[in-house]
Amino acid sequence: MPHTHPETELHNPQSTKPPLDPHLKALENEAIHIFREVAAEFERPVMLYSIGKDSSVLLHLARKAFYPGRVPFPLLHVNTGWKFAEMIAFRDEIVKRYDLDLIEHVNPRGAAESVTPFSHGSALYTDIMKTEALRQALDAGQYDAAFGGARRDEEASRAKERIYSFRTPDHRWDPRNQRPELWNVYNGMVRKGESVRAFPLSNWTEVDIWRYIQAEDIPIVPLYFAKKRPVVERDGMMILAEDQRLELLPGETKRDEVIRFRTLGCFPLTGAIRSGATSLDDIISELETATVSERQGRAIDRDQSGSMEKKKREGYF
Amino acid sequence: MTAPATANAVQDDAAGQLLAFPAPETARATRDSRPLRLITCGSVDDGKSTLIGRLLWDTKAVKEDQAATLRRDSSGKQNDLGLPDFALLLDGLQAEREQGITIDVAYRYFSTDKRSFIVADTPGHEQYTRNMATGASTADLAVLLVDARVGLLEQTRRHATIATLMGIKQFVLAVNKIDLTDYDRARFEQISHEFRELALSLGVRQVTAIPLSALKGENVVYDGRASMPWYDGPTLVEVLELATTRSAQTVGFRLPVQRVSRPGESFRGYQGTVAGGSVKPGDSVVILPSGMVANVTKIVTFDLVRNAAVAGDAITLVLDRQVDVSRGDMIVAIDSQPLTGLAFDAQIVALQPDGIQPGKRYWLKSGSRRQRVQVQPASQLDLKTGKWEHAEQLSMNAIGKVHLAFDEQAIFDPYEQNRTTGAFILIDPDTNNTVAGGMITAKRSALGGIHTEDARVILSLPADLADQLMATELFAGRREDAEVRRVSAGKASEIIDTIDG
Ligand SMILES: Nc1nc2c(ncn2[C@@H]2O[C@H](COP(=O)(O)OP(=O)(O)O)[C@@H](O)[C@H]2O)c(=O)[nH]1
Ligand SMILES: [Mg+2]
Repeated sequence: MPHTHPETELHNPQSTKPPLDPHLKALENEAIHIFREVAAEFERPVMLYSIGKDSSVLLHLARKAFYPGRVPFPLLHVNTGWKFAEMIAFRDEIVKRYDLDLIEHVNPRGAAESVTPFSHGSALYTDIMKTEALRQALDAGQYDAAFGGARRDEEASRAKERIYSFRTPDHRWDPRNQRPELWNVYNGMVRKGESVRAFPLSNWTEVDIWRYIQAEDIPIVPLYFAKKRPVVERDGMMILAEDQRLELLPGETKRDEVIRFRTLGCFPLTGAIRSGATSLDDIISELETATVSERQGRAIDRDQSGSMEKKKREGYF
Repeated sequence: MTAPATANAVQDDAAGQLLAFPAPETARATRDSRPLRLITCGSVDDGKSTLIGRLLWDTKAVKEDQAATLRRDSSGKQNDLGLPDFALLLDGLQAEREQGITIDVAYRYFSTDKRSFIVADTPGHEQYTRNMATGASTADLAVLLVDARVGLLEQTRRHATIATLMGIKQFVLAVNKIDLTDYDRARFEQISHEFRELALSLGVRQVTAIPLSALKGENVVYDGRASMPWYDGPTLVEVLELATTRSAQTVGFRLPVQRVSRPGESFRGYQGTVAGGSVKPGDSVVILPSGMVANVTKIVTFDLVRNAAVAGDAITLVLDRQVDVSRGDMIVAIDSQPLTGLAFDAQIVALQPDGIQPGKRYWLKSGSRRQRVQVQPASQLDLKTGKWEHAEQLSMNAIGKVHLAFDEQAIFDPYEQNRTTGAFILIDPDTNNTVAGGMITAKRSALGGIHTEDARVILSLPADLADQLMATELFAGRREDAEVRRVSAGKASEIIDTIDG
């Protein structure tokens, strides 16, 4: 994408905002440090952008890290064709507003072999349309570093992962042999073909993410806020029944419910929660008293313990 | 000093902002400090993972779906108490679950009404010491576990030593599985006493000993008075709530430059995280290693142009003149500069099977600076005796003293004074793996009065000074490192002249 715009942001849109509390400030400082370190040490960094709340925070931190310059790497969105329509609209708006370079990749096998979450089942579908697609995109771009928004509090195998997570040329993670990572001195030495996944949000919790979104006034996809929406019940989850990509099975009926989403992904695999939280304040107080974890709404994580580690070893983000 | 004004502003705003939050969050609004970072360490099976699992459980950091998974995964492996296997909350890797051990460090997050915590659960096996060191490097406090039935082991000593080397000054001795000793008070006191002696020899003064049962949750979050009426000290969580985070570093301003930002002709800024001290516009600074001097004109951040920055802040610094600054340089206070030179002394922990080979050239990375270094092992700590023994090379997991020789100027503070600018890692150029973590102890000089012979320092001093030095406590611990030669006062002043000149 060619750039003809002035290279500095002349206006500082947030200059009247009150300072962050020290806890969030410390997390922000750490993330900015990681962004700058990776951008300086690697030849071809890229940022994985999934349009969710963590990605929104990640992007905001990247803009802060390189201000007054532009974000010095492209964003990569691995699309499956099954994302919520509102996510795609939001993505396009953000890319325009912040003048970002976006690379979108869809696994060509998806269209060629009509891979859908319904025909192939969630496990195989995820493997082809996300894991394989990500590997294709990373290989095509020859990226030696990829930023991701994963947090250690999300899941037990993520809790084990380094901030610079080393990957072999075929994108494998070897959890038994991770490089030691001491202080904030990161080892960014890789050979050709090898890469790291870098996780600036490693030490953030879900509540931190929401409190930061609130404090920094970060735009997020409206699906995170409660609204009356059409849903169908399937496999114990409430699925959004908003567009024609969802075919109702015999016996299924649409109904309206006041719902929102705690995480966003492919709409047929993402369960909504009943919630009246229409503001960030509401979401945060709902979280403080939540009795289930955020990943509960994701079909792909529920198969078995250790399923995430397996996916990660094979190259899933 | 500008720092207090800034700090107040932050607190006021944070409080004002949090007041608008609904009730549950307000309780946490008192959390005005950075989270406490802690590690659990100790030998295999002493109960480290169980203890953290219990901490998460009792502070309600485990959600219902995770609890259900835990119950499912624990079934069959249930202990006689019928409690779930809390360690499964931590041992998240397949290999760990299969073998029932911890292989790599897990980071978990929990909070109480008073504070939030980042806890690193580290492996006990000697072969995974590197992962323990990873956890220790960023920790403010170490919880050292011992099995009440077994007492202190070599691995306990190793972990206590590594934790101390890495600058941890606060320890909790958790005498665990006290339930299996029938809550034996004498046993608890005997182990605490032994540990206090070890701690003293390591120079650690802040030790709290707690008898506890991680499995049953006694003296972890809830007190264990029902079983241990004889113990009236704090619970683990009470100690953690009161512990201090790593204090702001006292040395002068340090900014390791990560990158130079040149978005257009009109702007040139130096980006990095303040690694010590503070800075404000108007301050005079020196760029190292070049030694050029400049003044700070602006501190730029996304939010606002700031009037000061302190240790920990990620900033962009603008200087008043065109100077040559690149990644790896350090911008420092003019009146309080770090050490620069070609030779330094350090303590390191060897982390990989090949150990540290004498004379081999490694990459050293410290802050944003990476350079070639030759590493010469000098001595190794014998964990049984606590003595430093002469060593030519260091094998995996060894703790050693080494001499570092650089081709180009290196820039450090002693680790004791600055945990960022005094720390480094060694990278093996053949494998690209991180093979050691290191802490700078001092600069070595190749000049006059101090020189090396067989890796020992020779000090040539006037006789009276030499005798005084030999009598000091400081020197007593370093007899193997140095030899003192008595010379006449005239000769000594000659040597000093050559150093100053
Ligand atoms: N009775 C009793 N058993 C415990 C206690 N703490 C841990 N254990 C058991 O000791 C074993 C080893 O615990 P684990 O947490 O894996 O030890 P680690 O290797 O230090 O992480 C497990 O079977 C635990 O259930 C305790 O306080 N009392
Ligand atoms: Mg363990």
